[in-house]
Amino acid sequence: MLAASSVEMRKVNKYYGKFQALKDIELSIPPGKVTCLIGPSGSGKSTLLRCINFLEEYDSGEVRIDGQLIGYDAPNKKMSGRRLREMRRSIGMVFQQFNLWPHMTARENVAEGLIRVRRISKADADRRASEALAKVGLADKSASHPSRLSGGQQQRVAIARAIAMEPKLMLFDEPTSALDPELVGEVLSVMRTLAGEGMTMVVVTHEMGFAAHVADQVGFMEKGELVSVDSPDRILHRPEDARIQSFLRTYHERNSF
Amino acid sequence: MFSLAVFFQSFGPLFWAARYTLLISVLGIGLGVVIGTLICAARLSPYPPLRRFAAIWVSFLRGVPLLVQLLVFYYALPVIGLDVPAMVAAVVTVGICASAYISEIWRGAIAALPKGQAEAAVAIGMTPVDVWTRVILPQAVTLSLPALINELILLVKASSLVSVVGILEITRASQAQAATTFRPLEVYIAAACIYLLINLCLAALGRYLEHRTAV
Repeated sequence: MLAASSVEMRKVNKYYGKFQALKDIELSIPPGKVTCLIGPSGSGKSTLLRCINFLEEYDSGEVRIDGQLIGYDAPNKKMSGRRLREMRRSIGMVFQQFNLWPHMTARENVAEGLIRVRRISKADADRRASEALAKVGLADKSASHPSRLSGGQQQRVAIARAIAMEPKLMLFDEPTSALDPELVGEVLSVMRTLAGEGMTMVVVTHEMGFAAHVADQVGFMEKGELVSVDSPDRILHRPEDARIQSFLRTYHERNSF
Repeated sequence: MFSLAVFFQSFGPLFWAARYTLLISVLGIGLGVVIGTLICAARLSPYPPLRRFAAIWVSFLRGVPLLVQLLVFYYALPVIGLDVPAMVAAVVTVGICASAYISEIWRGAIAALPKGQAEAAVAIGMTPVDVWTRVILPQAVTLSLPALINELILLVKASSLVSVVGILEITRASQAQAATTFRPLEVYIAAACIYLLINLCLAALGRYLEHRTAV
């Protein structure tokens, strides 16, 4: 069992100029559980996710990781860069576009954070990078540059890069949306393994199957509001809110043939 | 009649003069890279006064011909009591002028990188210095290599302008040769050959570096 973090979001608001991207978000993410966020594009799912590691700066409210406020020391007083970096070390993030560094091999991509951030020796970092790559099934690709890998392999390297840092919380921002359909499965299966090990995971996704089978709770967002957070069954199979029903209807229509 | 003898004899003195051309170009681009990097950093900094200074620096130096800059610099220095050798004045002017172009080359390369590159580094807790030195700059250098080689080739040719402050580089040396041999055509074709040779070598160096840094 891994050490796993909890996340509490209280009255979180975020504006882009006059546009309100997040409206009074209230969300509890229990340790060791998988939370999936679904909803139409532009509804604020990614923005919410990115507030958790303060990649996106929320304007008001609180985001707490294991009780510790992230981004601010007090309301309107930004946290120092050093403290923010310390908090981010235990939060892994996986992006839609993978964001691997193209000038480094798969192993170097994974080892970089260990060497620069965790300050461990290159030999140890290489060893741990190889282990992380083996875990995502890419032991044989450690010397390859990202351009030589398929999308699914690149995303698995990105997951290895995050888990090598031994995070207590993993954020996934539409991890399979940029992948060809036949490559989605390999990434989801790595994520399923991670969930089985008790990692706290927050996943923005359009993969309803993953949400239905792996998530412990599913949040539905629309127009910057977290409309509802409940069990996968109640959100995906017996939704009460008309907005969720309409979203799922569109989803099913698009995915049936 | 084209005199092959004069043509070949011209190469000796012109090659000798080429050392100034190379010295001015290489030192000029070296200085240009250093100043250009600082200007680019200022341009991308969060401080509005620095950004404005960098923008003015770039538009001013790009907007005035190098020849005029050289003359102004060369004649302005004694006025403020500085007596520097022509060579120093030439290198500094060429370097400052190049810095304007080089800072724009950097800026373009950095802007071309997807935002996610830096975000991935920030998300795992890298310091800003590491984000720049490990993730952004290595990629920006690779991206900007063709443009930098291009700039170096332009500088080799532009260095002919420093003949106006009395430096005996290829162009000035060929003028002198032409005046003593009364065979300008042969001499200037020899000069053209030397410029071409230098720039073909630089282009080859560029291709080699691009090939080596390709991923």
